[in-house]
Amino acid sequence: MEQYLIPMVIVAGIGIFAGAILTIASKFMAVKVNEAAVKVREALPGVNCGACGYAGCDDYAASLVNDHTVKANLCTPGGSAVSLKISEILGISFEAAEGKYALVKCSGTFDKTNYVMDFKGIQSCAANKMFYRGRGACSKACLGFGDCVEGCDYGAISMVNGVAKIDKLKCVGCSVCVRKCPNHLIAIVPSGLTTYVGCSSQDNGAKTHRICKTGCIACKKCEEACRFDAIHVADYLAEIDPDKCRNCGMCIKVCPSGIIKSNRIKK
Amino acid sequence: MKELLIILMSLVLVDNFVLSKFLGICPFLGVSKKLDSAVGMSLAVIFVMLLATAVTYPIYIHLLVPHGLEYLQTIVFILVIAALVQLVEIILKKHVPILHRSLGVYLPLITTNCAVLGVTLLNIDEGYSYVQALVNAIGAGLGFLLAMVLFSGVRRLIEHNDIPTAFKGIPSILIAASILSVSFMGFSGVVDGIFK
Repeated sequence: MEQYLIPMVIVAGIGIFAGAILTIASKFMAVKVNEAAVKVREALPGVNCGACGYAGCDDYAASLVNDHTVKANLCTPGGSAVSLKISEILGISFEAAEGKYALVKCSGTFDKTNYVMDFKGIQSCAANKMFYRGRGACSKACLGFGDCVEGCDYGAISMVNGVAKIDKLKCVGCSVCVRKCPNHLIAIVPSGLTTYVGCSSQDNGAKTHRICKTGCIACKKCEEACRFDAIHVADYLAEIDPDKCRNCGMCIKVCPSGIIKSNRIKK
Repeated sequence: MKELLIILMSLVLVDNFVLSKFLGICPFLGVSKKLDSAVGMSLAVIFVMLLATAVTYPIYIHLLVPHGLEYLQTIVFILVIAALVQLVEIILKKHVPILHRSLGVYLPLITTNCAVLGVTLLNIDEGYSYVQALVNAIGAGLGFLLAMVLFSGVRRLIEHNDIPTAFKGIPSILIAASILSVSFMGFSGVVDGIFK
């Protein structure tokens, strides 16, 4: 009898002991779920794009509730409407969301530059980028397979003549395409900034000129033309400071390669 | 000390839990798609292996052996490990939320991982002392980490390659896993050579 009883007692004892500990632990260590966090999470669009700088909508909602210095207007896809809702839930002052949009910093269409290979592998930018350094003559060229087009939930991106083109009216600035592009050609800029440099080449002027008819050759004419100290050439590439640029268009006029452009929407 | 180092090194390289003993294949194939999740899973495994060994070893020595119940070790160990992992999860959730978030879903996933159960059972079979058993657990965990990290890199390359349709997905992954496992055969004898 004893040879059956002892094992049963021991196994059952361990089981009951473990069960008891777990029950007690779950009672005493229960983590309270904040109701406000659930409400904020529902107010957010749920795209999980990461434009706010947090790991996703859940993370942003949790940070908003726990730390009231976190701004409620960081959600770019949601815009001011979501910012208003969150402000009401948390009882903090409302700030309008700053609109943002994405633009492609490459102008290397088929008539301007060439592919150096006929890539037969998986037809995606990510795969092509891993093969040597992509099929473009310029290592910073749009690869043209459209990873960003597939990634866009808003249908704002299309491939035009081998280069991604973003429809400013449809773009909500969620920055999903920024992460999709293996060449890091897509940038998120404030809606107010309409002047941009359509090139990412950091090769020197001579090389850029040889491989692409419309690349930044780092001539610094734009730097001289700018009256607001807003455009500077660094690493053979002109870059515009969004805080200083007033979209006056002087740099657009002087650029010999024609890569500084304006995408102001004409009314 | 030398003995402990031998145990550690041989478990990482020669008797790698995943690649030589074929334990823990499920997370090895399931969670090795991305590097960061592979590392997260492996860290959770190391942690749980160490904890499980620390708890099951005394239970075996002080509870099962005196009553002649060695044959119950498997079921008792499963019970203890499962309860332990649940308890750890509750405690982490309350007191170390950052760690809880980074271990994430992997912690409950390994409650019944055969690698964790395997390490506790093998400790008994090998007749290790308590310290040796703990080192064994760490070594097994590190070996798991090594296999996961290596394989997640291999998988990333497989995914962006043009493979025949018949081999797409699981077949190509299994073949790659077997090749990786074969390559670890090359380590046999290495540890003996180092510590001679």
